[in-house]
Amino acid sequence: MLSNNLSKVALVLVVTLFLGACATQQATTTKGDDAYTGTETVKFLADGVPDRVFFSTNKSELTSAATTTLGKQATYLKANPTLNVVLEGHADERGTREYNLALGERRATAAKNYLISNGVAANRIKVISYGKEKPANPASNVLAWSQNRRTVTVKTN
Amino acid sequence: MKYKIFTIFALFFILTAKSFALVSVDITRGNLDPLPTAISDFYLDSKLGDNIKKLQLESKIPELIQNNLSRSGLFFALEKKSFIQRPEPAHNKPRFEDWAFIKTQVLVTGKISLEKEGRLRVEFKLWDVVSATELSALAFYTTPDNWRRISHMISDKIYERLTGEKGYFDSRIIFVSETGPKVDRKKRLAVMDQDGYGVKYLTLGNELVLTPRFSPTSQHVTYMSYFKNLPRVYLLNIETGIQDLVGDFPGMTFAPRFSPDGKKIIMSFAQEGNSDIYTMDIKTRVVEKLTDHPSIDTSPSYSPDGSYITFNSDRSGFQQIYTMKSDGTNVKRISFGEGLYGTPVWSPRGDLIAFTKLYRNKFYIGVMRSDGSGERLLTENYYQEAPSWAPNGRVLIFYRETASDSSGRGGGAKLWSIDLTGYNERLIQTPTDASDPSWSGLLSGK
Repeated sequence: MLSNNLSKVALVLVVTLFLGACATQQATTTKGDDAYTGTETVKFLADGVPDRVFFSTNKSELTSAATTTLGKQATYLKANPTLNVVLEGHADERGTREYNLALGERRATAAKNYLISNGVAANRIKVISYGKEKPANPASNVLAWSQNRRTVTVKTN
Repeated sequence: MKYKIFTIFALFFILTAKSFALVSVDITRGNLDPLPTAISDFYLDSKLGDNIKKLQLESKIPELIQNNLSRSGLFFALEKKSFIQRPEPAHNKPRFEDWAFIKTQVLVTGKISLEKEGRLRVEFKLWDVVSATELSALAFYTTPDNWRRISHMISDKIYERLTGEKGYFDSRIIFVSETGPKVDRKKRLAVMDQDGYGVKYLTLGNELVLTPRFSPTSQHVTYMSYFKNLPRVYLLNIETGIQDLVGDFPGMTFAPRFSPDGKKIIMSFAQEGNSDIYTMDIKTRVVEKLTDHPSIDTSPSYSPDGSYITFNSDRSGFQQIYTMKSDGTNVKRISFGEGLYGTPVWSPRGDLIAFTKLYRNKFYIGVMRSDGSGERLLTENYYQEAPSWAPNGRVLIFYRETASDSSGRGGGAKLWSIDLTGYNERLIQTPTDASDPSWSGLLSGK
């Protein structure tokens, strides 16, 4: 009887530990790496050249999907040397306005530096941050926020 | 429930005001027991012409005073129809037993008469009904169209006499008026009296404008504008409408505020993915760089004596609040609670810093001492930020956004105010959606 009860306690403990581990895991993923990976809202500079890259919450590091996209943009820009672009950096609405302005600038600059390192002349690229002022998706949910954490490459001529 | 604990805590570090009247208001507590107050209609001098009489100032001025005092949460205005004594005898010699009978502790009376050249003389008296004494009496001279300001100044005098602290009613609020869909929001600078009256639009809405802030010493405002698609800091004289680009740096300038003497603008300058804090002397245009760190440094705000600056930085990896000396030395992190901290603003009293906090997907407006101790959260919501202090440091105004639905509709932004005690949260009515409020100093000076 006693040992039966003990094993129940042990079982409960194991389950709790397991759930605990799961919860921690999940928390880290949503916090650290939640960049949008879909294609909704994405437009194209040219055939096969997406116009935007996405970022995780509070981050400005380029994801591997982002560098793939920017690589295509660099190739396209080098093939069209008279084109100039402005990189518009954006943030989601879940942050203070002023910090988001700075974050948008940091995101646009990250994309700019990648284009430069891939051979696009610096004087062809301008950056501007809109912070959270111009969402691509106006909904207030996790999907919309991920689509709004972005840098969009826009042709200026 | 949580807020109650904070309120009790507040009692220990806010100095109690001293007042010599028998009746007085303790503004360090929540407004649990507002002071019963009777504001009598003023009486009109019989020599006043019909053109003045038709303005009905004898009831409009007391009504505005009553609205101010009631909104402060510290006063409970009794209904006019319960008053026994008529305005004229009440002003000249109140029968205190009549006023005690309706259970008021304080009585306000007044008289409006004509001066030379069509100017008005508005006199008010404040009476302590409990001890049957006159507490104060003052007269203001003005043109009839200026009656609102006079009402606000009288409200400030009453507030000051009964609480022992300066009022905040004779002041204005600058904010951003918002219209249109979220993906294409039209934003205009607007200014209004602190009670929401007299909204005046200062820009047309052709370009995005953000974060206007009042000068503590003049009718100037600094703000950020996307004029010609170049996000820069501007200075605007709201009396003359003259605008001036002050943050003409080779990159984005943003997050501007005035120094307490009104002579400098402190702001962020973003370049190559890095935002640092700079000041610019408005007259000489001399620029000084205060922070030099690869992280984001933004939202700077001076202490009222100008010797310190609080700001927002993510140099620890996350958004936190820091202080430094006004020359940029002695940088110290002061926020250590869980969550992210932003938009620190130093209280005009010098003791507290108000902030926005993001914790577990909720936004809070809170205050802490300037060394980071004594953090108190005043209000929790889906989204709210950007607190701005009333000139007396007793009330905060901020904006709150509601979530939009999955189709992007239904979201909005409104201005709210809350007492430092965490009580008396109030919506401030505006004709459109509104954000980024900033409170002026007292218009009548210190």
